[in-house]
Amino acid sequence: MIRVVLPAHLRHIAGATGELKLEVEGQATVRSVLDALEAAYPALRGTIRDHVTQQRRPFVRFFACEEDLSHDSPDAPLPAAVVSGAEPLLIVGAIAGGF
Amino acid sequence: MSNVRVLVGTRKGAFVMTSDAKRQQWDISGPHFGGWEIYHVKGSPADPNRLYASQSSGWFGQMIQRSNDGGKTWEPVDNKFVYEGEPGTHQWYDGTPHPWAFKRVWHLEPSLTDPETVYAGVEDAALFRTSDGGKSWQELPGLRQHGTGSGWQPGAGGMCLHTIILDPSDPKRIFIAISAAGAFRTDDGGVTWRAINRGLRSQYIPDPDAEVGHCVHHISMHPRRPGVLFMQKHWDVMRSDNAGDNWREVSGNLPTDFGFALDVHAHEPETIYVVPIKSDSEHYPPDGKLRVYRSRTGGDEWEALTNGLPQRDCYVNVLRDAMAVDSLDSCGVYFGTTGGQVYASADGGDNWAPIARDLPAVLSVEVQTLS
Repeated sequence: MIRVVLPAHLRHIAGATGELKLEVEGQATVRSVLDALEAAYPALRGTIRDHVTQQRRPFVRFFACEEDLSHDSPDAPLPAAVVSGAEPLLIVGAIAGGF
Repeated sequence: MSNVRVLVGTRKGAFVMTSDAKRQQWDISGPHFGGWEIYHVKGSPADPNRLYASQSSGWFGQMIQRSNDGGKTWEPVDNKFVYEGEPGTHQWYDGTPHPWAFKRVWHLEPSLTDPETVYAGVEDAALFRTSDGGKSWQELPGLRQHGTGSGWQPGAGGMCLHTIILDPSDPKRIFIAISAAGAFRTDDGGVTWRAINRGLRSQYIPDPDAEVGHCVHHISMHPRRPGVLFMQKHWDVMRSDNAGDNWREVSGNLPTDFGFALDVHAHEPETIYVVPIKSDSEHYPPDGKLRVYRSRTGGDEWEALTNGLPQRDCYVNVLRDAMAVDSLDSCGVYFGTTGGQVYASADGGDNWAPIARDLPAVLSVEVQTLS
């Protein structure tokens, strides 16, 4: 069971409250977690990664265990503490200013 | 008894405003989708309780929301806008080729007859359509593949398809406008398109009367006279009496002919409204006075409408999709500002009062007249 924390705007889109818990098939990676997340909450498709290229949207970040995983390969194994459920995968809207 | 529903899109959410036919007391609900940019909200003429909203964010991209109950509840529908085939390139600001890339939906135009069918105008400029209530979107690629497409350039706000007009007398005829490519028309339901920019003159492009490249800001049409179009170009207010084949300038005595918003009176096809803006480098009204200008002669002769509007120290803008009319016996006119005000006139523009004063910057205003 992988724990995922979404930013508030995406929790609203998903109709979810609090932390999400996802069953992930195979090795837990950013890609496999996002696949499971989008399968469970189809409205999130396109909000975290591009529909076609599957590239992370520029102002979205992936944090876990006090590390920024955003620039790692989406197929890199997630940290053991995330896989065990001790720590969540944080999907974060970047602090990017705006108006 | 009729009533009115005003659909307002802002930089930070959508608002739904309702009133009876007197249009003096308003109930406001919202923000819906708080924190998101709502470029446009529009209802289906065939089913007024069916609304569609374009919701976007720099963080999380594009969402499309649908309501089946007049905006009380919403559900996300498909947000996948994928260009048909190889997208190709258009010109970038520096003149170099730039790959076509989807950024957001600027305008949603529901079918006049089918609540499940909606057209979406997007940035980078293209036209999409759903025929299943938003569950899936398909591009009408003939527009983007117009022979001039590789030469289109973005305006300052991006290369957006911001205007879609469906001809009530001919279901195969659609007008669209793109900043800064110009106006286009299809007569075969969107398969093929022709540029309809003859008569436009734009000093800011190398060839002022080029076939494409004009920064058209908005076009409006009275539904009973679908061959007559009015245009607010970057500079110049224009008119066509032959469905866009030719245009002539009708700026007349306007204090400035730069602007964005333009609309046509619901019952008087020769009565039109614009909000003159000082210039393209200032983007606020001349002299700090917010004035709607009305022409009862289809252009050329204009009168300032000021009663109830701020006449000093006002430096807001009124964006291209932020003006609309209702169709009650005494036509109501509505517009929103970048300062967060939504003004309404229940008497065709003679007198104005704010419905709301302190919203986020208003991006769009649409009105539904309900019976």
